[in-house]
Amino acid sequence: MELVVALGIAVLAGSGVWLVLRPRTFQVAIGLSLLSYAVNLFIFVMGWVREGRVPIVDEAAAGVVPDPARFADPLPQALVLTAIVIAFATTALFLVVLLAARGLTGTDHVDGREPEE
Amino acid sequence: MTLAGQLAAHLIVLPVVLPLAVGALLLPLDERRHTLKAAASLACATAVAAAAAALAARAGDPVTHVYPLGDWPAPFGIVLVADRLSAAMVLLAALLGLAALAFSLARWERAGPHFHSLVQFLLAGLNGAFLTGDLFNLFVFFELLLAASYGLAVHGSGAPRVRASLHYIAINLAASLLFLVGVTLLYGIAGSLNMADLALRLPKIAAADRALAEIGAAMLGVAFLVKAGMWPLGFWLPATYAAAAAPAAALFSILSKVGVYAVVRVWLVVFGGGPGAEFLAWGGMATIAFGVLGVLAAQELGRLAAASLIVSSGTLLAAVGLGGPLVTAAALYYLVASTLGIAALFLLVELVGRSRAPGADILAVTADAFGLAGEDEDEPEEEVGVVIPATMALLGLAFAGAALLVAGMPPLAGFLAKFAILAALLAPDPAPGWPVWTLAALLVVSGLAAVIGFGRAGVRVFWAAENPTVPRVRLIEMLPVGALLAACVVLTVAAAPAMRYAEQAARALHAPAGYIDEVLRP
Repeated sequence: MELVVALGIAVLAGSGVWLVLRPRTFQVAIGLSLLSYAVNLFIFVMGWVREGRVPIVDEAAAGVVPDPARFADPLPQALVLTAIVIAFATTALFLVVLLAARGLTGTDHVDGREPEE
Repeated sequence: MTLAGQLAAHLIVLPVVLPLAVGALLLPLDERRHTLKAAASLACATAVAAAAAALAARAGDPVTHVYPLGDWPAPFGIVLVADRLSAAMVLLAALLGLAALAFSLARWERAGPHFHSLVQFLLAGLNGAFLTGDLFNLFVFFELLLAASYGLAVHGSGAPRVRASLHYIAINLAASLLFLVGVTLLYGIAGSLNMADLALRLPKIAAADRALAEIGAAMLGVAFLVKAGMWPLGFWLPATYAAAAAPAAALFSILSKVGVYAVVRVWLVVFGGGPGAEFLAWGGMATIAFGVLGVLAAQELGRLAAASLIVSSGTLLAAVGLGGPLVTAAALYYLVASTLGIAALFLLVELVGRSRAPGADILAVTADAFGLAGEDEDEPEEEVGVVIPATMALLGLAFAGAALLVAGMPPLAGFLAKFAILAALLAPDPAPGWPVWTLAALLVVSGLAAVIGFGRAGVRVFWAAENPTVPRVRLIEMLPVGALLAACVVLTVAAAPAMRYAEQAARALHAPAGYIDEVLRP
């Protein structure tokens, strides 16, 4: 399980870095999105990978002192939600500027002009 | 509890909540009602400035006020913490916000949609970042201020602005992702996000996890230093700041100081200021060197101002990395003085630029460098005794004031700040090593470079302009520049209390045990 998650993060982050370093603005946008997916997964994993655990503590209501080891850490899940929303909003902003740059400079190169051959 | 007591207890959330609410309320208002928008925006910034002044005035040791949001106790809930440093930073942000808003009344507020909302969101993000005591909350406020700054960077549109903003946004999005990885690594290892709690937990982590925690700290540092514009992470800064609209650029001059603030706060409180000091010092010195080259090479006033900003960031980082509480105190004084000076400079650049044809700056400096100016020297000497118009005289005076501040020449606060940094660095006990001497030399050289850069630009703009046309400057545009410089004069005259305040703030920063106790007290 750990290996699958780690490989997933690695592939996402690797592709993201490669795309961010490409010269076209759309590639950079997609690269940033992939990187943010990798980071979101990474945040999630920071609560440690455990199978079949719930984040809701239901024993306290029954008067039993709950054992934290039996539950998943809910905080990374809250963090990842926040991070997803923020990444979504900033990517939308980036897309707007990307389109404006395409319209104003007439090219989708990140420097706003085609490199000389 | 009386009403006044209630207000005082909740004063600390005002700088965050009020701009957020005002900015949101202004969004649905029609752009044609800009008088109403401007009035609300200015009133809000004034209220925030008053709240910050009140927080600074009743600053206590080691912290003024710990405010648990939603009344959740400290390590579990998020706390806002006001101490001397954060109160001063909030006040500085509010003053810059007021100056930028007043300046924008002449024309910039109408140059694009939602200018006032963006400024309010930027202020909310800045104040939140200065006041929060929680790492993830710091990330959220960073994103808030960055999102607003993306909007302000393209304010007024135009190809150069959009092109520069594209780079700015891409780099800051990547840096934010590093920030997230760093924060969550620390959480995964230490199990807390509260800065005070982290400071207690980090020394106790297992030896096997130490390397991971250090990687997390390093990634956090990189994210902060991208914002602070440290070499080699700050190449995006000159292009973006020089291209931004004048009021936006003036506000951005505190944006890079947020990076410095975050480094100082997190490094000193959470990590005790130990590991990484040399890195900070040498990185800061490289930044000064890079900024000096930028100052000398700048062919436009906007670039000159941006390069000065890099020099100021580098000075702060190097001073904090090398010195103890006294150097940090001097650096905090320098932070306020240089931020005010550079903000005034960014506003002036636009006013002065109106009198000049596009490209005139480039021609002037290039002609200087290649000796092309010689051909014009046999002009008839009729120009002797030409009357300088009052506007140009005022602009020239303000430019000279800002240049003196940024270069660190007497008699203004910039000189006192640099002198204080040098005096604290070169104190005989302990004997200064060669990194300290390098920094001292760099500080002097950066002052010299600033004098050369600003002297050349000033002579070209004010004395030797070809076909000078007097720029049309409105009073409301000169007032904020004058006010920022006047604030520096106040800082100069009241240097003793200001330095005492900075010293107390620095001592509290360097002895974080008091901060940690106050925050975690049940």
